[in-house]
Amino acid sequence: MSFRFALVGNPNSGKTSLFNEITGNTQYVGNWPGVTVEKKEGRAKKIKDDVKIIDLPGIYSLSPYTLEEIIARDYLVDEKPDVVINIVDATNIERNLYLTTQLVELGLPVVIALNMMDEVEAAKDKIDIDALAKSLGIPIIPTVATKGRGVNELMQKSLQIAQTAAVGSATGKSLNIFNKGIEKYITEAESALAAHLQDIPFNPRWVALKLLEGDLKIIDRLNLPGKLLQEIGQRRDMLEEEYGSDAETIIADARYDFISGIVKKTIERKRSQGALSTSDKIDKVVTNRLLAIPLFLAVMFVVFRITFGALGSFTIDWVDALINGTIAGTINGWLEALGAAEWLHALIIDGILAGLSSILVFVPQIMILFLFLAFLEDSGYMARAAFIMDRLFKRLGLSGKSFIPMLMGFGCSVPAIMATRTLENEKDRRLTIILTPFMSCGAKLPIYALFAGAFFANNQSLVVFSIYLLGIVIAILSGIILRKTVLKGEPTPFLMELPPYRIPTGKGLLIHMWDRGKGFIKKAGTVIFAAAVFIWFFQTFNFSLKMVEDPANSILGVIGRGIAPIFSPLGFGDWKSAVAIFTGLLAKEVVVTTMGILHGLGEVTESSTSLIGAMQTYFTPLKAYAFMAFTLLYMPCIAAFGVIKREMNSWKWTWFAVGFQTAVAWLVAFVIYQVGSLLGF
Amino acid sequence: MNKVKMPLGFLQSGREGTVKEMHGGNNMCRRLAGLGITCGSRVGVISNNAGGPLILSVKESRLALGRGMALKIMVEEE
Repeated sequence: MSFRFALVGNPNSGKTSLFNEITGNTQYVGNWPGVTVEKKEGRAKKIKDDVKIIDLPGIYSLSPYTLEEIIARDYLVDEKPDVVINIVDATNIERNLYLTTQLVELGLPVVIALNMMDEVEAAKDKIDIDALAKSLGIPIIPTVATKGRGVNELMQKSLQIAQTAAVGSATGKSLNIFNKGIEKYITEAESALAAHLQDIPFNPRWVALKLLEGDLKIIDRLNLPGKLLQEIGQRRDMLEEEYGSDAETIIADARYDFISGIVKKTIERKRSQGALSTSDKIDKVVTNRLLAIPLFLAVMFVVFRITFGALGSFTIDWVDALINGTIAGTINGWLEALGAAEWLHALIIDGILAGLSSILVFVPQIMILFLFLAFLEDSGYMARAAFIMDRLFKRLGLSGKSFIPMLMGFGCSVPAIMATRTLENEKDRRLTIILTPFMSCGAKLPIYALFAGAFFANNQSLVVFSIYLLGIVIAILSGIILRKTVLKGEPTPFLMELPPYRIPTGKGLLIHMWDRGKGFIKKAGTVIFAAAVFIWFFQTFNFSLKMVEDPANSILGVIGRGIAPIFSPLGFGDWKSAVAIFTGLLAKEVVVTTMGILHGLGEVTESSTSLIGAMQTYFTPLKAYAFMAFTLLYMPCIAAFGVIKREMNSWKWTWFAVGFQTAVAWLVAFVIYQVGSLLGF
Repeated sequence: MNKVKMPLGFLQSGREGTVKEMHGGNNMCRRLAGLGITCGSRVGVISNNAGGPLILSVKESRLALGRGMALKIMVEEE
């Protein structure tokens, strides 16, 4: 038989680890809230039956006020999975059960995976699992998702539940959460609904509760008669009157009372709530008012120092020697032996190989950077970075939470823009989407490596670090401007969970690094490969499709000369730079590919002297810096553009975003070049 | 002992309090409830540096809470 199991749980409770363990996938797992922003599907391995596993975004409750909660709730109520696997973090049961009490009310079969049991054991805490299961009326399977412990039992149990549910013996049960006083109003609301059951595709008790809470989403969806809503509204007023608070608060308080009653009876903790853990002690230092920002900058600097220092250069030389020495030599030999035509020879060696090698040499460096980012995220430091930045961001009209998508932007803007879904407020989201591409993504790294290597050989890592900082500073300044103009408003108050620090596992780091880095290798084989052929072709032929002697007369040359004047005030008004900026919209690495093909013609990599020599005739260090600043800031690549469109859900905002970014890029490069020239650089 | 109500933001590092009133508006209260702060919850202050957000211990977890919000939650110090 075929079944669907949905994984639901708080952010950072180990859902993605469990998903990977069940399906054998290697999804990336982070140590900060909000890793899964979209639902993911996989197929359970090691099980005969056909079981689809759906990993839903991490949520704290089923109230529909953030996008993630809406995605998760809509899935549960509309698709009605056969079993809901609720992952509960055993080190934080009380808070996690708040969601559980709401899941049970949906009327779907629920099974709890009590995760992170190893940490409970290490702390010598005791949980009476049988008693807990009995008080909740739900089966509980203890698990350690990261080590695969309990996963088989969990699947067997879920399967068993799904099979019984399929023959109709299991129905949703309700917990005795509410006292008689509140229960009375729920029952009344439920009986008021009884006449409209045919219009309600959900569990009526759950709907009654939601209507009593005044859940606007449900009211909108069900389209119930106004008289009924009015009647339930009266019940709500009476409830609020009786308990002296608003309905939602009364219900939330009742849930926590119910939970704390159970927890008292079934759990014995060694440490008291406020006792300082190791994590707290680290936080005392890391978030210290005076130390926090210098420490953050120092951490980032060390990362860039290593990535762009000796280790980075070594990997570049190694790949360069491999491709341009060994591989190019071999292919050259073959082509000569086959007696290939001159144009084919040129296409393969000068076009494809030159274009690809200009990117592939940087792949190890990108991987090193991603390994560090993975370490920072998996250890829990990223969440602290958001905390540290809130002090600064608040004054700029942004919430510190916006800093997390922005930091992810150092990897790639596409997932970073998707991560803005964790922001609750629409304006905060739009603003963060516009600012995130200012964070220098991995694809721009080859551009800096090329230019910094050619013009700032002695302090390469410092120059690249300054470009990354420039991105952050420009994002902050743009944030202030946009907040005062088109996106007026207060930022949402800062509120997020700080997960405990964890020592990342080697396996976790590698999965994470590979998950992000593989995209760049894939791109090299597809988009960049195609771009290299395209660029070679258009710089070799003119509009009458004749091979040209001087590439300046080629198709690209003519187009480039047409748009180049726009960039003259920025210091790089030559047609080759103009073409590189234009083709860079396909993917930012293509800027380097283009430079490689247009300048190098043959032996082309960052370390090859011919390209550096050629570039040095076009650029000065000042012009090179202005060029790097422009490529850092201007309109992101097509893939990011697509995601901006999807997440903004508006063409107007999408064009505004990329228009703004490009205008800022032009202005910043202009200031750098003009002021720099005045100062005599 | 006479207990005084005061904003959570005034509690110093290392102190604990019980939440008595929340004045953040519905949306904020919902988010706080999801993360474990409702009326009657015990909240400990792990760190409270002037001007920045606070680190709180709520149930078994640690929360970062902006100062503005921390001033709208009234607690009784334990």
